[in-house]
Amino acid sequence: MTTPLLTLEGVHTHIGPYHILQGVDLVVPEGGVSVLLGRNGAGKSTTLRTVMGLWTASRGRISFGGREITRLDTPSISRSGIAFVPENMGIFTDLTVAENMTLAASRGGMDPKRLAWIQDLFPPIGTFWNSSAGTLSGGQKQMLAVSRAIIEPRQLILIDEPTKGLAPAIIKSMTDALRQLKETETTILLVEQNFAMASSIGDTVAIMDDGHIVHAGDMAELVADVDLQERLMGLSLEAHQ
Amino acid sequence: MLKRLLSGDTPRSPVLTALLLVILLTLAFAPFLLPGTKSLETAARICIFIVLVASYDLLLGYAGIVSFAHTMFFGIGAYGTALALSSTGPSFLSIVWGSAAGALVAALFALAIGLFSLRVKAIFFAMVTLAVASAFAVLVSQMSWLTGGEDGLNYKIPRELTPAFKLFSAKIFGTSVNGKVLSYYLVFTVALCLFLMLLRVVNSPFGRTLQAVRDNDFRAEAIGYRVVWYRTTATVMSAVVAALAGSLLAVWLRYTGPATTLSMEIMIDILLMVVIGGMGTMYGAVLGATLFILAQTYLQGLMGAASSAISAVPVVSDLIAADRWLLWLGVLFILSVYFFPTGIVGRLRKARA
Amino acid sequence: MSGSAIKPRIEKVSLSDRLADKAPLLLVPALALAGLLAIGNPSTWLTLTVAGVAMGLMVFIMASGLTVVFGLMDVINFGHGAFVSVGAFVGFSILIWLGGWASAPSVFLNLAAVLVAILVAMTVTGLMGYAFERVIVMPVYGQHLKQILVTMGGLIVAQQLIYVFWGPDAIHVARPQSLQGSILLGNAAIEKYRLVAVGIGLVLFLVMRHILRSTRIGLLVRAGVENSEMVEALGYRVKRLFLLVFMAGSALAGLGGVMWGLYQETITAHMGSDIMVLVFIVVIIGGLGSVEGCFIGALLVGLLSNYTAFLEPKVALVSTIGLMVVILMWRPQGLYPVVKAK
Repeated sequence: MTTPLLTLEGVHTHIGPYHILQGVDLVVPEGGVSVLLGRNGAGKSTTLRTVMGLWTASRGRISFGGREITRLDTPSISRSGIAFVPENMGIFTDLTVAENMTLAASRGGMDPKRLAWIQDLFPPIGTFWNSSAGTLSGGQKQMLAVSRAIIEPRQLILIDEPTKGLAPAIIKSMTDALRQLKETETTILLVEQNFAMASSIGDTVAIMDDGHIVHAGDMAELVADVDLQERLMGLSLEAHQ
Repeated sequence: MLKRLLSGDTPRSPVLTALLLVILLTLAFAPFLLPGTKSLETAARICIFIVLVASYDLLLGYAGIVSFAHTMFFGIGAYGTALALSSTGPSFLSIVWGSAAGALVAALFALAIGLFSLRVKAIFFAMVTLAVASAFAVLVSQMSWLTGGEDGLNYKIPRELTPAFKLFSAKIFGTSVNGKVLSYYLVFTVALCLFLMLLRVVNSPFGRTLQAVRDNDFRAEAIGYRVVWYRTTATVMSAVVAALAGSLLAVWLRYTGPATTLSMEIMIDILLMVVIGGMGTMYGAVLGATLFILAQTYLQGLMGAASSAISAVPVVSDLIAADRWLLWLGVLFILSVYFFPTGIVGRLRKARA
Repeated sequence: MSGSAIKPRIEKVSLSDRLADKAPLLLVPALALAGLLAIGNPSTWLTLTVAGVAMGLMVFIMASGLTVVFGLMDVINFGHGAFVSVGAFVGFSILIWLGGWASAPSVFLNLAAVLVAILVAMTVTGLMGYAFERVIVMPVYGQHLKQILVTMGGLIVAQQLIYVFWGPDAIHVARPQSLQGSILLGNAAIEKYRLVAVGIGLVLFLVMRHILRSTRIGLLVRAGVENSEMVEALGYRVKRLFLLVFMAGSALAGLGGVMWGLYQETITAHMGSDIMVLVFIVVIIGGLGSVEGCFIGALLVGLLSNYTAFLEPKVALVSTIGLMVVILMWRPQGLYPVVKAK
């Protein structure tokens, strides 16, 4: 393990009257893919949204690249180098694919080399460049959501369930793309319920339940230890395999 | 006994209790305590507006719905009674059927608007009611063959309710008990009953559910309450009570016109009264209406005097001219929404806690 | 990676869907045609239609800001009418001050006077919008109930301030020389000013459309209307954008106020709250947050008001309520409901 890029220490998040995160401690090392697993309602999405500043932590501390970001607003957190692919993908369906990408490139211009690389990674982005994003299929929208997150070089990308509801063929190409992305300098924090996919690209893993991290370690260790898997995730994974 | 009468919802603050008692006793003995026509006019206005504002509070404070059609319902009641009195003669029967018809029409209107626009969003309801109420006011002033247009309707009321009628010749505390006094007690009694009824409604299981819906409609829906039904019912109830308040006004004034019932100014007055008195408290309506009407009747004169006293100072004298009192009320209104969202009643209760 | 794994496909939009999408557009000509049938006389109809389009475009100018402000931040400003009134009073003050230009027999000087009046009015209402957003709206983001109450309070205060500064009486100003009178188009007399109003309205609509479709700010506004959270997650400050839109909307309301004032030639402090009734109807018909819907709604309301005002004057305002009811029965969220991705 290398130096931590993102650290959460005792983070609590309240949403209205509900206490969702109840002291989350999480370390995302620099480089590679960290996976956050857990059943529905465990607090995975809330963790990502809290990092992004879309919910404000009521207690605890979040630091990114050695700098505290707990109280920053969402735009500042984004500008500090974190991209976000939300669970609902956050595609602007009223805009074209090109316009979605333009907005994602923070200073307007897109690096042509990087764009070519993305279009190679996700061919539909090129094919439907001038189409309305609302007409894309679910898988294509997901590709656009990830493309938007990587059009600018970022240190960290938070991705919330990129394979949710997708056909197996699309899941495979999405996995391939994320694997290629791993080759670049980017760190990925991935929320996933599909263990097969998660274990194939994850380097480290953390498991959440009831607003806490209940296990953290190397992915390889978890993959090798069937007992551990059953103990930790019997609940969470079988239903989704 | 008293607690039951108040539906268990006591004022919960000594100062508030004292204020309410003073208001209640003063209104109850107004014809004898406050001689002069102007005072009696003011007292009757206060009674009617307490009911009107309390019925609005049911909607705004308890159901969390902003409506701009409350004066429309008020007007429907007033015009119903007025039309009945002018068409079937000055009898008590006319008053009863006119008020009943007005209340029914108000209920139907409220039901239609509620079912139509409460499904979408509270904000939608506010906009729709604003549009509908304005159109209604325009329509009423244009249908002069029926409503007398801008001039409104003058009509006779039962003789027993006019100053010409004397119940007995002796005077009580120097006041002769004439029809006007009887008319006042009609207004006072009906207003008191309607207010106690509203208090009962907001403290019933229905009222509690309404507040649950207000605080979290999504959750209330999830638990299985039909949110639209609760909101629409509240709208209808509040409209019916407003219409009855309108009937009282029609009987009291012996005149009904757009300016006394339907105007946007009155709607804004109601808003000011309910917010300054305290939303969602019912007693706030009592304090809000009383203070507001007293201020409207007596403070404006003071402002006028102050303004002419410093008429040499150009803009400042304009700022405190009698006609500008709404300016200061507007400012007070904004400040109270920000800083005292529970109004005077909320403040008084907090001071005790 | 294997490109063949992903089959490019665009979801086929069925014919009926596409028709439903265009159906609101057809309403305007349909209404105009119905008007022609009901009125019978083509020149009367033409006069009324131009009047209706002029009125519709003026209402659109006032309503557009309101609807975008709602779309972006879920804020509905019940005090929007105050900007209309203030715009009209400021504009009229300038016109009175430039009385020499306005009454000169020169088209150029006349238009210059109107232009200066409009620019000053828009600047004042734009700045007023800034103050309004900071002082009145910002503390109550996300709380609809308080928002309605507080913006209503703002309206009361603004109206009263107009009384303080301009006095309680209505102000009457004649239109500049060259904007008075009518031109004849066949047998139809068409007021010159209405043509100018149509011109300004159309230009403004096209400019607004261009800004929303082709500029970065416009893209951000459209994206923000759909999902303001994602716009923030991409690193943009939506609140700053919102302030800008709010100011622009206020300035447009001011412009609408000047134009409406010149149309009526008389202005009062409550003209803004009167016209707000139409503005709300238009915004509801169009779908809260939709500029296109607002445009179509405004044209429908303008045309219908003028037709009914001719056919049965007493029901003019009620007919627009009827229109609103019919449209909401057909589409409960308005003509172009804005999809919120939340």
